[in-house]
Amino acid sequence: MSQTTRPLAYVHSRTAVLANENIDTDRIIPARFLTTTERTGLGKHCFEDWRYNADGTDNPSFVLNQPASRGCSIIVAGHNFGCGSSREHAPWALLDFGIQAVISSEIADIFRGNALKNGLLAIVVSAPEHRWLIENPGVELRIDVASGTIRLPDGGTIAFDLDAFARHCLLNGVDQLGFLTQQDAAITAFEARMEEAA
Amino acid sequence: MSARTLFDKLWDAHQVVAETDTTPGVLYIDLHLVHEVTSPQAFDELRSRGLSVRRRDRTLATLDHSTPTLPADASGKRPYYTPEAEAQVATLERNVAEFGIDLMGWDSPHRGIVHVAGPEVGATQPGMTIVCGDSHTATHGAFGALAFGIGTTEVGHVLATQCLLQRKPKSLAIHVDGVLQTGVTAKDLILHIIGQIGIGGGTGHVIEYTGEAIRALSMEERMTVCNMSIEAGARAGLIAPDDITFAWLEGRERVPKGDAWKRAVAHWRTLATDPGASYDSEVRIDASTIQPSITYGTHPGMVVAINATVPAARDALEQRALDYMKVTAGQPMTGESVDVVFIGSCTNARLSDLRAAAQIMRGRRVASGVRMLVVPGSEQVRRDAEREGLHQVFRDAGAEWREPGCSMCIAMNGDLAQPGQLVVSTSNRNFEGRQGKGARTVLASPLVAAASAIAGCVADPRAYIEEEAAA
Repeated sequence: MSQTTRPLAYVHSRTAVLANENIDTDRIIPARFLTTTERTGLGKHCFEDWRYNADGTDNPSFVLNQPASRGCSIIVAGHNFGCGSSREHAPWALLDFGIQAVISSEIADIFRGNALKNGLLAIVVSAPEHRWLIENPGVELRIDVASGTIRLPDGGTIAFDLDAFARHCLLNGVDQLGFLTQQDAAITAFEARMEEAA
Repeated sequence: MSARTLFDKLWDAHQVVAETDTTPGVLYIDLHLVHEVTSPQAFDELRSRGLSVRRRDRTLATLDHSTPTLPADASGKRPYYTPEAEAQVATLERNVAEFGIDLMGWDSPHRGIVHVAGPEVGATQPGMTIVCGDSHTATHGAFGALAFGIGTTEVGHVLATQCLLQRKPKSLAIHVDGVLQTGVTAKDLILHIIGQIGIGGGTGHVIEYTGEAIRALSMEERMTVCNMSIEAGARAGLIAPDDITFAWLEGRERVPKGDAWKRAVAHWRTLATDPGASYDSEVRIDASTIQPSITYGTHPGMVVAINATVPAARDALEQRALDYMKVTAGQPMTGESVDVVFIGSCTNARLSDLRAAAQIMRGRRVASGVRMLVVPGSEQVRRDAEREGLHQVFRDAGAEWREPGCSMCIAMNGDLAQPGQLVVSTSNRNFEGRQGKGARTVLASPLVAAASAIAGCVADPRAYIEEEAAA
């Protein structure tokens, strides 16, 4: 199974708000589901312990189970989303669950890197903008990767930073491993210098 | 050349291609550690592209997360928690055979938690860049190596090219002055630091720990500190190597020998931050005021001194954490009834951790109703501990002595707590459900864990240490 490198130019959806701060990767995908050897099929366990009651039925108080969240592919999350482990199963689970973008005032480093490599937008906005998005669940957003802007229903926009290379890869479906393997000559030269110095 | 930090030196020395405005840099990786959970999809990726592992000599695998900690039966069958766990381990065994990678597997005397076993065999050395598909890779920074966790896509990148695409993070210095008091350990120090700077306090940064209190730490204590850098949001934590580092490493299987050792040490001595070098941010901590510290909430930044009371919730979300933990603001944490005590994990499962716990456990009993698991970090730790009779101390006290692995830290091998149970744990994460669905975790040092096992409730270990001293 090869890694998908589908180009991603924009995400257009209403938002679902998970206001909790510090939503960690154990929350997103509990460790007991990490025994898989595949990338796919984790969506059914995404937010498992939040989403389901002890008897396996849907927990109606969990935001993503509520009718208003149906079809939402953008999560607005509390500060420091994705903290904890390096498991790439977290973005895999979110994508498989139908999420295409996470917006927060802070996103943990490893999660953010993993997300962007899989075509899941991980977007950090300023505290006031974040507060507004948290306080207005269900608002319809259009995230434009090329311009690095989020368009609001009233026509206003929120700008966000996106690493230029990550943007290029998202827009063009560039495969980062392919990019790295093209650096072979430089890597070989580096190794030769290193062996010489040792 | 202008004054550089240790981090700058490590970064510069591994830059294959410098970063530009539009492209990240290409960073060379000296050592890639691999385990069964985060690697299967990466090997699949190589296979699907017809790629091989570029540097098998710089790649080292172990089995730790999904492995049972109970022994195999008479027929050699191991009690895996699920068929998936067994299949995952078998997948790594197949992958290392196919791609020609060294595995510290079931038959190896070195198998163990990747961040315990890697340093033990001397694979971890100062000046290296080290990665693993595991966020606690920060542990190896204790040796003055730039070590950080990566995702599975990046595991594939390193397997295929020995490199990563990276932008340089910022630097954060944490200066720890003064001397730690008796009964206050490296674990208390790092919990205190995380409590001070917050679990996002290190995001985007590499931490360098410096100062008198850091210099005084043993290698194992330094590993405990660097291990939890990720719990402050930092991908890596660093401590400059010194004579303590070199003495710990000398003679280990994978370190240079003879003249090569002397040359290596001479180089390693240059791995310190230059006078006048500047960091992006700096924090100062006074070690002498730190108490034994524990968590009271549901993330590692919710830390309190053991003799203090639970702070008031600042918002609804913090209140939710207190509710989950079944504690109320203003109450002491000491005296909270304990169901399970876990001594183990890449944070605190080394020989010195087990010695510290055994010092309190010796001649005492685990309180009735408390289940205690002691899980050594590696086969080497297990052998050393058993040679000293520590396993007998724990067994005599009524604790279970298990085989090495991650065990109840991540609770994916069947070692887990039941809903609602309170676990005093020497591990690194107290997120909701981390040690079992509904389980409540209190992070603590091995001393606090041992004292709590005996008392049957969260307890200050200093009472037991003073008792020993008086006896």
